[in-house]
Amino acid sequence: MTRFLYFNEMKDIKQIIQDIASDALIEEKQKLTVTVEPKQARPLIEGLRNNKELPFDYLISLIGMDWGEKLGVIYQLSSSIDLTHEVVIITATTDRENPLLYSVSDLYETAHLNEREVYALFGIRFINNPDMRRFLLDDDWKGFPFRKDYDENPDLNPVNVISKEIVDIAPQIIETADGNLVEREVPIFGENDYIINIGPQHPSTHGVMHFRTSLDGEIVKKIDVHSGYIHRGIEKLCESMTYPQILHFTDRLDYLSANINRHGLCMCIEKAGEIEVPQRAEYIRTIMDELQRVSSHLLAWACQCNDLGATTAFVYGMREREHVLDIFDKTCGGRLIINQNVVGGVMFDIYKDFQKDVKAFIPYMRQRLVEYDEFFSHNAIALGRMVNIGHLTKEQAISYGVTGPAGRASGWSCDVRKYKPYSLYDKVEFKEIIRTEGDSYARYLNRLDEIEQSLRIIEQLIDNIPEGDICGKVKAVLRLPEGQFFQSVETGKGEFGVFIESHGDKSPYRVKLRSPSLSAVSVMPLTARGALLSDLIGIAGSLDFVIPDIDR
Amino acid sequence: MEERSIEMDVKDVKIKALPAEDFKDNETLQKYIDELKEQGVNIIVGKLDQLINWGRSNSLWPLAFATSCCGVEFMAAAAAHYDLARFGMEVTRNSPRQADVMIVAGTIVNKMSPLLRRVYDQMAEPKYVVAMGSCAISGGPFVHSYNVVKGVDKLVPVDVYIPGCPPRPESLFYGLLQLQRKVKVERFFGNKRIRRNYRPETLIDPKTGIQIDPQIDFVKK
Amino acid sequence: MLLYSQPLELTKLVHSLDAFFRSSLSPFWATLVEGILIGIAILAAYALIALALIYIERKIAAFFQSRLGPNRLGKYGVIQSIADMIKILIKEIIHVNKIDKLLYYLAPFFVIVASVLSFGAIPFGQSLQAVDFNIGVFYVLAVSSIGVIGILLAGWSSNNKYSMIGAMRSGAQFISYELSAGFSLMTIVVLSGTMQFSELIEGQRYCWNLFNGHIPAFIAFVIFLISGHAETNRGPFDLPEAESELTAGYHTEYSGLRFGFFYLAEYLNMFIIAAIATTVFLGGWMPIQIKGWDAFNQVMWYIPSWIWFFGKAFVLMFLSLWVRWSFPRLRIDLLLNLEWKYLLPINLVNILVMVIIVLSGLTLADIFPAVFGK
Repeated sequence: MTRFLYFNEMKDIKQIIQDIASDALIEEKQKLTVTVEPKQARPLIEGLRNNKELPFDYLISLIGMDWGEKLGVIYQLSSSIDLTHEVVIITATTDRENPLLYSVSDLYETAHLNEREVYALFGIRFINNPDMRRFLLDDDWKGFPFRKDYDENPDLNPVNVISKEIVDIAPQIIETADGNLVEREVPIFGENDYIINIGPQHPSTHGVMHFRTSLDGEIVKKIDVHSGYIHRGIEKLCESMTYPQILHFTDRLDYLSANINRHGLCMCIEKAGEIEVPQRAEYIRTIMDELQRVSSHLLAWACQCNDLGATTAFVYGMREREHVLDIFDKTCGGRLIINQNVVGGVMFDIYKDFQKDVKAFIPYMRQRLVEYDEFFSHNAIALGRMVNIGHLTKEQAISYGVTGPAGRASGWSCDVRKYKPYSLYDKVEFKEIIRTEGDSYARYLNRLDEIEQSLRIIEQLIDNIPEGDICGKVKAVLRLPEGQFFQSVETGKGEFGVFIESHGDKSPYRVKLRSPSLSAVSVMPLTARGALLSDLIGIAGSLDFVIPDIDR
Repeated sequence: MEERSIEMDVKDVKIKALPAEDFKDNETLQKYIDELKEQGVNIIVGKLDQLINWGRSNSLWPLAFATSCCGVEFMAAAAAHYDLARFGMEVTRNSPRQADVMIVAGTIVNKMSPLLRRVYDQMAEPKYVVAMGSCAISGGPFVHSYNVVKGVDKLVPVDVYIPGCPPRPESLFYGLLQLQRKVKVERFFGNKRIRRNYRPETLIDPKTGIQIDPQIDFVKK
Repeated sequence: MLLYSQPLELTKLVHSLDAFFRSSLSPFWATLVEGILIGIAILAAYALIALALIYIERKIAAFFQSRLGPNRLGKYGVIQSIADMIKILIKEIIHVNKIDKLLYYLAPFFVIVASVLSFGAIPFGQSLQAVDFNIGVFYVLAVSSIGVIGILLAGWSSNNKYSMIGAMRSGAQFISYELSAGFSLMTIVVLSGTMQFSELIEGQRYCWNLFNGHIPAFIAFVIFLISGHAETNRGPFDLPEAESELTAGYHTEYSGLRFGFFYLAEYLNMFIIAAIATTVFLGGWMPIQIKGWDAFNQVMWYIPSWIWFFGKAFVLMFLSLWVRWSFPRLRIDLLLNLEWKYLLPINLVNILVMVIIVLSGLTLADIFPAVFGK
């Protein structure tokens, strides 16, 4: 496995880029960054996507940007074969009234929802995207909140208590064969479809997801994903706060992987600001991350069982989770959201009996895993509800950007801890759990197996925590140098990415958080099509998404 | 029969596992009780009221309006370690028609607010609302956001506020026991409900489009 | 008033009451008064059993899930369900717009009437049976299936898509499993040669039908438990109200007392299924009797028959709760597969086997008449 781009490979990529877009500006910053004109962006991405030797077929994130006079998009591409290869493509248009860019949604399925999000937040519309509704906001929202000149006057978009009609019509901008742009509207559902709303207030959508589902009897014909019922504008809030202030927002995204998210953001800032993190802090961070992963997977297991109707399994999962939370509680006083990581290290040192508690937890958890196996994993009904349900092939997983246990259940080796190791992951041994079945059951088993791997990692670290400081030296007012900074971490749900663009201020110019759950939810229409209504719920449980992470 | 009041004080409200001393500091409740005392009530009606309140307060079936982190703490509260069932509150009803108390756990944003209000309207009387966590109380850490409702009391009247981000299950229990106490001093006959905190800056009649007086809606006259 | 040999038995009390009314009133009035008394008794038992069951279920579920369960009201929370009852009685009943009003209001009564009707024919103990039909088994099967009409109506009339799906599931499920339940009871009718509950119980004095018919009876018993459990719409067969899928299924739109009816009926149906299984397979209220052991038999009779009945029924209900709190929910196609591809064919063969066994004298009572004979 290559950890860094080999020189000649990098040259190859540069060559390919130059062949397609001759006047592109290629820079080697933290990542290989290419700036192109809007017209050339799509052919360039298409070329990279269809590159034979190293196809850049994984769109990590699609970031909307507002640079004042220009509106644009940053594409962060990577290759599913080897995640260490990354290319960043920047494109921008000067038209602020009616900004148009070409869609890449036919190349990457995950771009569908991301482009709709960019439209809602920045007002950039994408040509050839089949569905150009706003994703996170209501259709009648006035203004584009992530633009720098957005009018925040609450009277423009008042809080409302009257339910709005849901209009199932998708506007499109299509480029015809002779190069003209045609705007048209397409109905999403058929005229006589039996549509039910699953969510936003529904016991099994794990929050406030809204699936408009058309049914044929009990068979799911089509799902239309509505989101934004908890869109809090975290990325926008970050722009007005200093770096230490924005840390706590990441905890409240995917609250089940709170500590890992925060780890990612801290690392991004540390790398950009060249801040040293003491070894002791790295050890504590890694152990805490893995404990968090255990608790996240336990909750995912519990909720998946609950979705299948096994309430007792749910309670068991929560019961074991409490042991992890107790350790968190004793370390830093928090249970779910622990505020442990800060820029430069960790906030709280471990307590006296930390090692003892963790070492007592490991064999206990192993015992419980055996119990889960006996109790649920081989239950005939459970197998009937999970095996061969909700298929996701490897190609689909890559195209939709489904990472984490779900992506690995489809045979895609996508563990950030292996490819782009951070903290101490290059020093510990663990197995990347990969299954090829791609069904609900594979995802289910993957999580249980990953708990075991996490325990292994903790075991290797717990006795070797070095003495020393827990937090490096950080300036009182933290300013990051100008530039664009990326960092990925592996949360319980998949790859969580942090992107910061700094203009040298004490607060970021733009923060974008790549949400693994958004990808997971975007495959729902695909995996649940043709399944029964009960399976829809089961599949949603197996994909394990957290809604605040999607909406941000 | 002679008109007589049932002697009651905030201190007298008995709730198992929560000592009465913890109770005496709530002025709103005490004021309400004093008001009721002055009016006086028939002894039989009073006793019946107590029986009904006993039933109501001990059978608060929650509807978890869980949007974010607080929802997970609610789940933790219902699970083995904390066990909401001890108070008879484990019967979470997913249909608002059958629930007694709506626990708003998490941030409410503009897009969600009509739905929150609709779920509240679908609940059957007597209904109570608990705002769990700082997001539900005031918008919490996201108060400056363009899309966050700054407290659910702008949408529905709230009985109990439980601070925390997210509140621990213990705090949730404390809040729910406080709600029990509130229920216990109400009057079923005459429909005397305690005025609840409510800041209706947004309540608009769906038919006319004019702002309406919330008291018409919430307190049956 | 009390029998010397059976001090806690209610037989004498019932008989003397009957004699008193018959002697002091004309036959018409006597029947009327007795009917009213029985009605009150049944309704009271109905409410009490349901409340007790709700409490028991919550407590048992708690123990399965390593929790404590309700423990604030009364010792160990025993009066928790009474608080719930008071609450539900005075909860607002919401009148929903745009529903089929007549059917909507009628539906809960269908459900509750079905279970009360079956209640009337169940022998709770010696002489504790309202009506002893000569076709008791048939009658109970017939009236208990009225309940599904209530569920279908509730789902249809609510004008709610979740309710509708729940009702449709319920229809499919109930009709399927009613077949299995019926056939498995028929197997025992073949064995004992009667449909009358009193005769069924008398016939099991020395040998329960479960053992008397050995293999086919045992198969019938298991099938009856499964299909009976499915008929009560409880997990893992709780598809009609599948909480994680359909919020509350067919009774989503019901509030207050009307919802309370559905809630009560659910628990009562569980009891009724256990009661039928007890009576048909496990000797009903009959104490354990062993031929020739007169002293032992006498001691067994000291325990009143209704305790035997409730004891046996409770064991079966515990089984049902155990299943409910252990298994995930079935999907509708798995559910129908189980019935039509497995249970029903097995059942048909099973009846045939039972007929052969009875005709060729291979029942336990036939083989060992000295021990198990009537």
